[in-house]
Amino acid sequence: MVGVVVQDGRIRRLFELTQPHVDFASLRYHRDQEDSIAVRQDVLQPLTTCRDEGVMVTVHHRGGTGYGATSELTEAGLRAAFARALLWAERTAKAAVTDFSRLEMPHAAGTFRSPIKTPWDSLSLGSKVELLSKLSRGLKIAPQIVDWSSSLWHQRSERLYLTSGGGEIYQDFDRLMPMLSVTANEGAETATRSFGRMAVCRQQGLELLDQSGFHGAGQQIAEEALALLAAPNCPSGPLDLLLAPDQMVLQIHESIGHPLELDRILGDERNYAGTSFVTPEMFGSYQYGSSLLNVTFDPSRPEQAASFAFDDEGRPAERAYLIKDGLLLRPLGGTVSQARSGMAGVANTRADSWRRPAIDRMANLNIEPGTSPLAAMIAGVERGIFMRTNCSWSIDDSRNKFQFGCEWAQLIEDGRLTQIVKKPNYRGISASFWRNLRQVGDLDSFEVLGTPYCGKGEPNQAVFVGHATPACLFSNVDVFGGE
Amino acid sequence: MQQYFYQIADTATQGLQGSEVLTAYVSGEDSDFCRFNGAKVRQAGSVKQAKLELRLIVGRRNAQGELSLSGVRAEDDQRVSQMLTLLRDQLKQLPEDPYLLYATDVQSSERRHASELPGSAEVISRVVAQAKGLDLVGIYAAGSLYRGFANSLGQRNWFETANFNFDFSLYLHADKAVKTGYAGALWNEADFSAKLASAKAQLAVLNQPARSIKPGQYRVYLAPQALAEVTEMLGWGGFSLKAQKTKHTPLLRMIAGEARLAPGVTMIEDTAGGSAANFNDLGYTKPAQVTLIEAGVYRDALVSPRSAQEYGVKTNGAGADESPQSFALAAGTLTEEQVLPTLRDGIYLNNLWYLNFSDRPAGRVTGMTRFAAFWVEHGELREPLNVMRFDESLLRLFGDKLVGLTAKRELLPSARSYGQRSLEGSHLPGAIVDDFSFTL
Repeated sequence: MVGVVVQDGRIRRLFELTQPHVDFASLRYHRDQEDSIAVRQDVLQPLTTCRDEGVMVTVHHRGGTGYGATSELTEAGLRAAFARALLWAERTAKAAVTDFSRLEMPHAAGTFRSPIKTPWDSLSLGSKVELLSKLSRGLKIAPQIVDWSSSLWHQRSERLYLTSGGGEIYQDFDRLMPMLSVTANEGAETATRSFGRMAVCRQQGLELLDQSGFHGAGQQIAEEALALLAAPNCPSGPLDLLLAPDQMVLQIHESIGHPLELDRILGDERNYAGTSFVTPEMFGSYQYGSSLLNVTFDPSRPEQAASFAFDDEGRPAERAYLIKDGLLLRPLGGTVSQARSGMAGVANTRADSWRRPAIDRMANLNIEPGTSPLAAMIAGVERGIFMRTNCSWSIDDSRNKFQFGCEWAQLIEDGRLTQIVKKPNYRGISASFWRNLRQVGDLDSFEVLGTPYCGKGEPNQAVFVGHATPACLFSNVDVFGGE
Repeated sequence: MQQYFYQIADTATQGLQGSEVLTAYVSGEDSDFCRFNGAKVRQAGSVKQAKLELRLIVGRRNAQGELSLSGVRAEDDQRVSQMLTLLRDQLKQLPEDPYLLYATDVQSSERRHASELPGSAEVISRVVAQAKGLDLVGIYAAGSLYRGFANSLGQRNWFETANFNFDFSLYLHADKAVKTGYAGALWNEADFSAKLASAKAQLAVLNQPARSIKPGQYRVYLAPQALAEVTEMLGWGGFSLKAQKTKHTPLLRMIAGEARLAPGVTMIEDTAGGSAANFNDLGYTKPAQVTLIEAGVYRDALVSPRSAQEYGVKTNGAGADESPQSFALAAGTLTEEQVLPTLRDGIYLNNLWYLNFSDRPAGRVTGMTRFAAFWVEHGELREPLNVMRFDESLLRLFGDKLVGLTAKRELLPSARSYGQRSLEGSHLPGAIVDDFSFTL
């Protein structure tokens, strides 16, 4: 089943009518809709409904490249967009980083659709508001709770990609992000606990609310926020560090995902998002982590946030190991980066909207489950700490020296979870941190997570990424707390 | 676009039913982008876009929708009509909103910035020619930008500007680079050449073995661009009334009276001196200035209409996120000649990078040094520094650790372009800070 944009053929006809005679031309059409419903302190916030529609056309000609983006979906509008793209291709013909006309751009055909079981619209707006209001009321369990909220963010994005070589790809992405948040305060101390923020994001319908535990999470996070208020600061010093999946998401993203992006390695991002400590000659020989570290680019898990059948330059997406048994194998680079570098990559060239050109992104980047039950990992730690839920992230432009903070932590002493501690942070260096990976959780702690907030590129763009991971244990990490 | 937007709003108003009130806010651009790597073009193109935000109000019920405008009148009238039908249906299912507040005093305005943009093709060819042999990386963004407001009560506001922002770096090797930029409304070849020459001169200093320092506390000079990263963290909840009331502000201890900043620190939301629109999406006009911190003491917060209604105060036209758009830090007294002698032995930081809170309630942030950072001995630049992580309290950085601010300030337009090109900017001096904590 395909969407109306393919059925009525309007965009295809416009493309056929307006594409210029050039070495390569493509059109990427987006039709997006977003709905955001939030209840804060038991008061419904203004609803936001977004409808966005437009195209980006791209031209490669005589070695140059150019794009034009417009929401004027008429023959005149597309002709104007192609004219501007062609003008740019002419301007850049002798000044481009590569001969764009020599690139072998894909001309594939196919479809993808998110595996939705209970569609967003199957529940009325009033019922969704009622659900969120009920959850909100359950969060204010003590006078110290000064702010609390519940929300749902739904996004559907239909994309049609057409090429001058007959390529035609239709993909229909449908994502849901449920969130809860509780803030407790006493004097100059504030503690926040949340559910879903930065982590629960999947291509699923309302069935995600049951599967993720959204309905029952409120009481726990409210109690935990109060517990943090009364807790001592996280201690300082080297400790064994056990990270829950909702912190592993960030750890994978920042210190594996970004450094492996081929456009960073090629220097495209050096003025903004940064470069990488990884260099081309390291692939195939560099021990990125301990032998327990297995990292895949996996677009094939359909419910994960950034699954797709083709990337935004029409390249068919397939699962691939980027790191196997700790050894670095392959970068995250799409068609153009692969051609520029001469390296094998993956299908990961993506754009956040019709306004932005596609660049190398990490999509779904997962740590494959290991064999260690969570309880056994805790039992095996003499002096350590268990951290959950990211709240702070910072890493250098080469993606090496990092410092991350979590909402929640509990000490591990002699194999048991003991004291709750607040403001837990840890810092390390990517190049050595992953070599201290001591245990990888089994399927029981494995969670399929993701975030809508991966920012990168000039001009800037933010995309959805997915990270599925079990809990992981690291040895000898520099841990510290607040003031 | 101004008249087009007003016509769209007029047509939408004519279709309102009963006591419905409509507000409309448009933000758009017609921009060229050219991305460089190694002084060659990686990507280049043009983006024409306009986003329309509609809010339908009946009594105390309201719903808002956003849509992209095509520029074709019949099509856009239809899109608006469909959105209003959707919002009308939503309103029937919604409770009253106790915190709804929108402008009802009609205050129309029009503001345009004069500009004379060069052709992008001309700029690109000049850049490629002048940067030959250099490893230049960055982005040239240029074109017109506009914001408009209209409501069914008859208010009309328009803001339009056209500018360019060439945000770029020159790389020597690995992560050793100088970041700079050239922005404005009138391209002057001599000014650009001077910027490039200055960056090239700094590259020469970078071209020697880098020094690694041990974690510890050092006196530092934060150039305006580096300080902008720090003040951006302050703007993340620091001046928001809602963040104050919900205890999320990083200035919690200051507001509780447990801390104050140095007497020389005065911070202002300087709408009159900035480059952002002087009205918000609900039709409120912003005052020329809002004094946020005066002589080290917290004064006024930024108050959105919603917070104003929730907390029973007046709005000062802030957006929903209540963060500064035209942030200014008052100048100090240090002359340019005094910076290095005053720093004497320490670190000269041109840029910082990737800041985040390590302890938000205590106002403590972490981040990295980036681009050109230099070790200074006896008041002279000695050698480049390898990147270091810092972890420091904003309250102490602008409080007892602040040695001084420079007399000269820089206007720093934002190069941010998530969704659309930003109109925000800041006006900042440099700062010398004692015992700045480096941790990794």
